[in-house]
Amino acid sequence: MDSVSHHSLDARNLLCPMPVIRTQEAVADLVPGEILTVRCTDPGALSDVPAWCRINGHEIVTTERNDDEINITIKVGA
Amino acid sequence: MVCGKVEVTRSVVRKPDRMNEQPKAVALISGGLDSMLAARTMLDQGVHVEGINFFTGFCVEGHTHAIRKRDKARPKRNNALWVAEQLGIKLHIVDVIEQYKDVVLNPKHGYGANLNPCLDCKGFMVHKAEEWRAQHGFDFIVTGEVIGQRPMSQRRDTMPVVAQESGAGDRLLRPLCAQLLPETLPEREGWVDRTRLHNFSGRSRKPQIQLAGQFGIDDYAQPAGGCCFLTDQAYAEKLHDLWAARGERDYELDDIMLLKVGRHLRPRPHFKIIMGREEGENRFLEGYRKQFMSMVPISHPGPLVLIDGELSDDDIELAARLAARYSQGRDAERVTFELTRQGRSRELDVTPYPANDIPREWIL
Ligand code: SF4
Repeated sequence: MDSVSHHSLDARNLLCPMPVIRTQEAVADLVPGEILTVRCTDPGALSDVPAWCRINGHEIVTTERNDDEINITIKVGA
Repeated sequence: MVCGKVEVTRSVVRKPDRMNEQPKAVALISGGLDSMLAARTMLDQGVHVEGINFFTGFCVEGHTHAIRKRDKARPKRNNALWVAEQLGIKLHIVDVIEQYKDVVLNPKHGYGANLNPCLDCKGFMVHKAEEWRAQHGFDFIVTGEVIGQRPMSQRRDTMPVVAQESGAGDRLLRPLCAQLLPETLPEREGWVDRTRLHNFSGRSRKPQIQLAGQFGIDDYAQPAGGCCFLTDQAYAEKLHDLWAARGERDYELDDIMLLKVGRHLRPRPHFKIIMGREEGENRFLEGYRKQFMSMVPISHPGPLVLIDGELSDDDIELAARLAARYSQGRDAERVTFELTRQGRSRELDVTPYPANDIPREWIL
């Protein structure tokens, strides 16, 4: 079975567009197929991170929202 | 005037082996209509376009909408990302917070109506775009500038200043007013057709709205004053106050973010209080409680308060009395606060400050 590396990015307490900028930087170091989970607290990230992924060809795997935290999991596109 | 005499450097002609490749442009995308139309004009001419957007820390973007309830009706979106998605282009958001400080603190061309160093800012952004262009092998840069649109940065005599000082020279194309300007490299090389560029000038928005109609674009961010908080008088005054209080003109990202949020009062030169005006702002300020002394009323509903400065016990009491005035206990005899400093909390009981006694100059 192929193992996919799973990375995590702490973007908590950053206001948009910083979570997007940090996501962009993290994704630049990954290869297609790798998984990145972005942890953030700014609700703006709920629209901005997926929008950034859509226009740059990355896939949103899941979006989870707890009381204070948002976890967005991305599969890096080609 | 020196500006009019600036010579724009001419770039070397494209190599023949690239003749059949699709030309590539990097477009500055602010999230407003003009840059959207400029990029769209390029796409229409078969140019490969990618967007670039700079985060200076002063941008009026998504986060302020996310914080404040009064903006609930407005979509909570980053307009630059939204524009890129509408156009079907990639967008690169670049953090320029540190480098931008020099633009704000030492603008060669001075400020506009408030603390907006628009001409230096334009030159800086085009310069950053030029660096990106060269690194990524793109051919030219596109902006949504229109001659005469803005009093400082978008005038006929300042257009060559931006081109020259940014280092972009004639690789800088302004599709919305290109027909009124000297020919640039992309036009001379035939990468774009000059006759299909535009000749917009002046402050009227009509040509843009008409062009948007032709492109079928009916949803766009309304241009308001400027693209950043530095054009806002109240914001500029708060930044001046911060510099005066600290005795130096400098800032960190947290400083300039906090100036966007809450009610700021400076009752004494050595301290100020920042109060959330509603739930969203309180939540935002909550994130700063580790860095600042803070207070929350516990006897009545009211704002979260951050206190910036070194305070004596009397100062703390004054801060609490002022904050009580903005709580729902404003007419009560006493309001109790929980005061937290360096992780340690204690209770504080105060009489709300009388509304009419708050000197106007305390309110920033
Ligand atoms: S309004 Fe702000 S972002 Fe726009 S050009 Fe002026 S200083 Fe720069």
